[in-house]
Amino acid sequence: MHHVLLDRWSQGESPLHHRDPRAKIPVLALFLVALAITPVRDYLAIGVEAALLLTGILVSGLPFFGILLRAMAVLPFSVTFGLMSWIAGEPERAIALVAKSYLSTLAVLLIVGTTPLPRLLAGMEALGAPRLLVLVAQFLYRYLFVISEQAQHMRLAASCRQGPVDHHRPRFRAAAGALAVLFARSYLRAEGIHRAMMARAFTGRFLALDSLRFDFRDGLFLAGLTVFLGLVLTL
Amino acid sequence: MTPLIEVRDLHYHYDDGTQALEGVNFTLQAGETVALFGANGSGKTTFVLQLNGILRGEGSVTVCGLPVSKENLAAIRSKIGMVFQDADEQLFMPTVLEDVAFGPLNQGLDPEEAVAKAKVALEQAGLSHAANRAPYHLSAGEKRQVALAGVLAMQPEILVLDEPTTFLDPPAQRHLVDILRDLPQAKLIVTHNTRFAASLASRAVFFQKGKLVADGPVDEIVQRYDWTYSPLAADFRYSAQRRF
Repeated sequence: MHHVLLDRWSQGESPLHHRDPRAKIPVLALFLVALAITPVRDYLAIGVEAALLLTGILVSGLPFFGILLRAMAVLPFSVTFGLMSWIAGEPERAIALVAKSYLSTLAVLLIVGTTPLPRLLAGMEALGAPRLLVLVAQFLYRYLFVISEQAQHMRLAASCRQGPVDHHRPRFRAAAGALAVLFARSYLRAEGIHRAMMARAFTGRFLALDSLRFDFRDGLFLAGLTVFLGLVLTL
Repeated sequence: MTPLIEVRDLHYHYDDGTQALEGVNFTLQAGETVALFGANGSGKTTFVLQLNGILRGEGSVTVCGLPVSKENLAAIRSKIGMVFQDADEQLFMPTVLEDVAFGPLNQGLDPEEAVAKAKVALEQAGLSHAANRAPYHLSAGEKRQVALAGVLAMQPEILVLDEPTTFLDPPAQRHLVDILRDLPQAKLIVTHNTRFAASLASRAVFFQKGKLVADGPVDEIVQRYDWTYSPLAADFRYSAQRRF
């Protein structure tokens, strides 16, 4: 049985966890835009935005260093581009690029880590995201675990038959073969899922239960942070 | 009395030309539980997929008096609840409650009614406590219970279970027998597990190379086709004695 970290984090009980995704998603979008348009040399504004994020992490009760560490996943990419800017003679831009990409990742992690994916997708759909996109994300999320479990079983089976010879080439060929089998199995599973859906009177249109509730606290959260981010940019 | 299911001279072949069903005749009466036996690839699953029109062959298939045709599919799929062999294929919604409510919503119920039916079905399947859990956090036995709840929520007249004991440990199998025994629906059980079948069904049919070749009491069918594990067990004992 798999326990995905973000999934476990999203089951928390903090005030941030309780906010409606229709409030959190626009706040995230506003934050990302504000961060992107903050001038490169405006260290104070970038600092305030970082402080806002750190406050959010503290309020959410997510593991502080855990989330900071996981946001570093973006660094190999942003540092590469940062180095290119540095070499081109723009060290301030390079630092801002790395800092902004790191803070953006942290913001996304904070929202995803405090919102169960079904609610996040429901919020995206309520805000006008295309239904097909939401469905693809939903199915991907649901079956990622099943497919990864199958992949692990195949890896185990391959390891059991590997024998004493430890060459990379046969291993690579086995992995390529396993990938092909995994793809074929995924296709068959998709057919099976479709059959199961048809058996339960599916007519081609997904009807979801509306589980979202937007109350005045969500309104305050959205309005308050919108004003705050506006002030950070203008002052 | 009109049978719940009536199949007459059913033929089906796959796109590659493989003849999967040949001249199958079958009836199921209200309240009956029938086990479907046969070797792998003998046509059992293909047969049950004809009953709700997921696969369509030549011949006559009638469910609750309705011929299986395009215009009757919605009604027929509400009358036949099908629990598939791989529960993971059946549980595709993000939470257990949403998954169980999927069928009632498709039947045209409003969300409140669908949730109410889903909750009742989860209780029937003994899994009320898992309503808000994600399907991938459940054990194999729990997944099977949710899959069962998903079809019970549609209040079908017939339950079709395809290899329901696959991946289940003996206590989970016993639990499933207890749940199924209490359900009033007529049942069709595709299985290789003769003990499981015998504990629920009084009648069995046997499929061989796409043909339904026998219909009778479970014990008689099991004996006639030697459809038990005992010879295998005897063979193991014999091999072990020879080796040691």
